[in-house]
Amino acid sequence: MVIVLNESIDFRALNKRIRGTDEHKITLNGCIGQRYIGTGVSDKQIEINGTPGNALGAYLNGGEIVVHGNAQDATGDTMNNGEIVIHGNAGDATGYAMRGGKIYIRGNTGYRAGIHMKAYMDFKPVIVIGGRAGSFLGEYQAGGIIVVLGQNDDGLPIINNFCGTGMHGGKIYLRCNALPHKIPEQVCAKKIRGCDDKELSEIVKDYCKCFFGMNYNELLDADFFVLTPNSENPYKRMYTDN
Amino acid sequence: MDMYIPAEYEVVRNAENCTVCRSCERQCANGVHTFDKDLGKMTADGTKCVNCHRCVCLCPTHAIKIVKSDDTYRLNANWSMQTMNEVYRQANSGGVLLSSMGNPNDYPKYFDKILINASQVTNPSIDPLREPMETTVYLGKKDAEIKRDGNGNLIDTLAPQLKLNMPIMFSAMSYGSISYNAHASLARAAEELGVFYNTGEGGLHKDFYKYGKNTIVQVASGRFGVHADYLEAAAAIEIKMGQGAKPGIGGHLPGIKISDDVSKTRMIPKGVDAISPAPHHDIYSIEDLRQLIYTLKEATDYRKPIIVKIAAVHNVAAIASGIARSGADIIAIDGFRGGTGAAPTRIRDNVGIPIELALARVDERLRQEGIRDSVSVVAAGSIRSSADVVKAIALGADACYIGTATLLALGCHLCRSCHTGKCNWGIATQLPDLVKRLDPDNGYQRLVNLVTAWNHEIKEMMGGMGLNSIEALRGNRLMLRGVGLNETELKVLGLLHAGEDM
Repeated sequence: MVIVLNESIDFRALNKRIRGTDEHKITLNGCIGQRYIGTGVSDKQIEINGTPGNALGAYLNGGEIVVHGNAQDATGDTMNNGEIVIHGNAGDATGYAMRGGKIYIRGNTGYRAGIHMKAYMDFKPVIVIGGRAGSFLGEYQAGGIIVVLGQNDDGLPIINNFCGTGMHGGKIYLRCNALPHKIPEQVCAKKIRGCDDKELSEIVKDYCKCFFGMNYNELLDADFFVLTPNSENPYKRMYTDN
Repeated sequence: MDMYIPAEYEVVRNAENCTVCRSCERQCANGVHTFDKDLGKMTADGTKCVNCHRCVCLCPTHAIKIVKSDDTYRLNANWSMQTMNEVYRQANSGGVLLSSMGNPNDYPKYFDKILINASQVTNPSIDPLREPMETTVYLGKKDAEIKRDGNGNLIDTLAPQLKLNMPIMFSAMSYGSISYNAHASLARAAEELGVFYNTGEGGLHKDFYKYGKNTIVQVASGRFGVHADYLEAAAAIEIKMGQGAKPGIGGHLPGIKISDDVSKTRMIPKGVDAISPAPHHDIYSIEDLRQLIYTLKEATDYRKPIIVKIAAVHNVAAIASGIARSGADIIAIDGFRGGTGAAPTRIRDNVGIPIELALARVDERLRQEGIRDSVSVVAAGSIRSSADVVKAIALGADACYIGTATLLALGCHLCRSCHTGKCNWGIATQLPDLVKRLDPDNGYQRLVNLVTAWNHEIKEMMGGMGLNSIEALRGNRLMLRGVGLNETELKVLGLLHAGEDM
C-alpha cells in the first residue's frame, strides 16, 4: 500500500489507515512530520520517504521501519522488538527504555539516546549510530548495546557530556582512538580493536547491510572503547534503614 | 543494631500465660523471640522489634504485648529521641535515611478539620436502605461536543470512560514492593467490587492478565514491564509523573529484591537493580507529556483512558491545568501523606502539600478555566475512611485512590518497615515463607468487606445531606464546613467556617 502524505493529513488519520490495513508492506511518500507512525505495530514493513515526526515506532513490537530522511525525537520509545533503520540523523531520546530490537542510524543522534535501555532474556536491544551522539548517551543503561561509529566529519567529538551516568548494565562501544570526555565514576572504559570483538563485529556487519557504501572491515579495523558499568554497585551503600 | 540506639519497644511476656509453644519465634522474621534451653523459657530482644504485632496477634494464649519503651534520653523539646536516633544512624552508616509508608509526622490533618452537612426539616434526608442511591462514577473526559447524524441520531463522540461502582480505587502498588498474594487479593477484590486496582510500575504478572478489565497499568520513567500486551490488557493506563510520598524523586528497587518472578514481570534480568529515574527523560514540558499520552493512545487505538498521576506540590493547580490540556483523561493527585514501599525519610517527611488543599485548588482552577469537564480528578494520599472519601468528593474529586487502608485490611499494622523486605504479614515481602502467610482467599474477602462497608457509609452520609447521587456531591463545598481553620486555610479550601451560614 502506498500512502501519499501532505501537511493536511494528520497523524491520527494516517495511523488509523496503517493499523487498519492487512497489507504487510506500506510506503509513505511525502511524510511531513506526522507523529507516532508505527506505534505498537508488530508485523508490518513501513517505508517512509520524507521526515516522520516524533515518537516513530513507539512500543514497536516487531516488523521493520525504514526512513529515507531524518527522524525526529523519541524514535523507538520503549520498543520491544523489530527494526528501525534511519538513512539520516535521529533527534533526541532515540530508543528511550528500549528492551529489544534494533535501531540503525546512518548519521548522528541528539541528546539522551539509549537512556534506560534494558535487556531481558532473549531480548537484547541494539542501537548503532553511524556518526556521533549528543550528551547523556546511555544514561541509566541497564542492558543492551549501543555502538557509536564516529563517521561524522564535522570535527565534533563522538560523544558529549555525561555518557553512561548511572549505567548499571549493558555496553557502549565508541569508535575512537582516545576517550573524548571524562566518563562518570559508574563507568569503566577499556580499549579494544574492533575486529577482535565478536559481538561488536556481528552488530556492525548487520548494520552495514542496511547502508550502501559502508564497509564493515574498514569500520572494525579501528580502536574502540567499551564502556561497561563499574562492578562496584554505586547504590549499594547509599541507604540506611530508619 | 547501632549501640547508641536503645530498643524502641519492649516485648512484655506474661509468664503465667506463655506455654512456650514458640509460635512467636516462628512468626518473627526479625528474630526477636528465641527459646532459651537452659532457662526453659522464651526470651526477647526488643532492639530487633519493629512492632508489627504479628507475634501478638498469633500468640494462642495472648501472652505477649509490645509496649513503647519508657527508656528515655534527657528530655529535650527540640531534639526528640527520633531526631537524635536518626543522627546516630547516619553517623554510623553514612547513608540516606530510608523509610516506608506515609509521612507519620504531626502536620495538620485537614480532613479532621472539616465537617459534613446534613438535612433537617427542609430538603429531607434520604434513607439509602429504602431508596435508590447512586454511587457509580464514570472517569474520563466529559467535554464531548453533541453531534447528530443526518437522521438526527446522536453520534457517540464521548472519550473512553472507566466505570466504577463506587468512587474508590486501589492505589498503585507494584509487584516487588508488595507480594504476589497481596496483588492477587487486590485484583480479585477490584473485580468483585467493580472497581480498579493499579499495577504500579512493576509490570503485570502473567497470572493477573485475566483481571485486565479491572486493572490500571502504570507507565513510569523506568518503563518496567511496559510492552504492547501489557497496555492492551489494561482498562486504563496511568503515566506516573510523581508520588506523594516522594515528590521529585524516582524509585530504586535493589537487585536483591528482583526475584525470578519479579524479574519476569518487570522484564529485567534477575538481581539487577531496577532504577526509576526521578524524571521521565523524554518529558520536560506539557508538550512532551502530550507526546507520551498520544503514543499510549495510538498504541491502544484511543480505546483506553490515560491517567496522569502527580504528587501534590506547591503549584499543583497550574500543573493540573497543563495536564488537563495535554490530552490526559484523568488526573490523579497524590498528597504528601501518601504511602510508599520505600522513600528517603527527609523527602517523605518534608516535601509536598496536603491532598485536601491541593484538591480544592485544582478543582477551583479547572473550573475557573472552564476545563473541569475535560478531565476527571482522583484524590490520593491518606484517604482513611468513608468520611475522607465524602469530604474529598465534596472538595472536587471524582473518586479516590486508597492504598494504606487496603494494606491494613490485609493485616498490615503500619510498622513502617516495608523497605526491609521482611514483612511478617506477607504483604511487603518477596520471601516465600512470609508471602504464603497472606491467604488471597481471605485477603480479597477482607478488601471486599472494607470497601462495601465504606460504600454503605458513603450512601448514609449522602442520604443525610439529601443527595441521592454522588455526582451531586462532587465539588459541592456548601456541604462542608471548616472547624478551627484560619482564614487562609478556609480560602484555599473554599469553605465557610462551621457556624457560618450562606
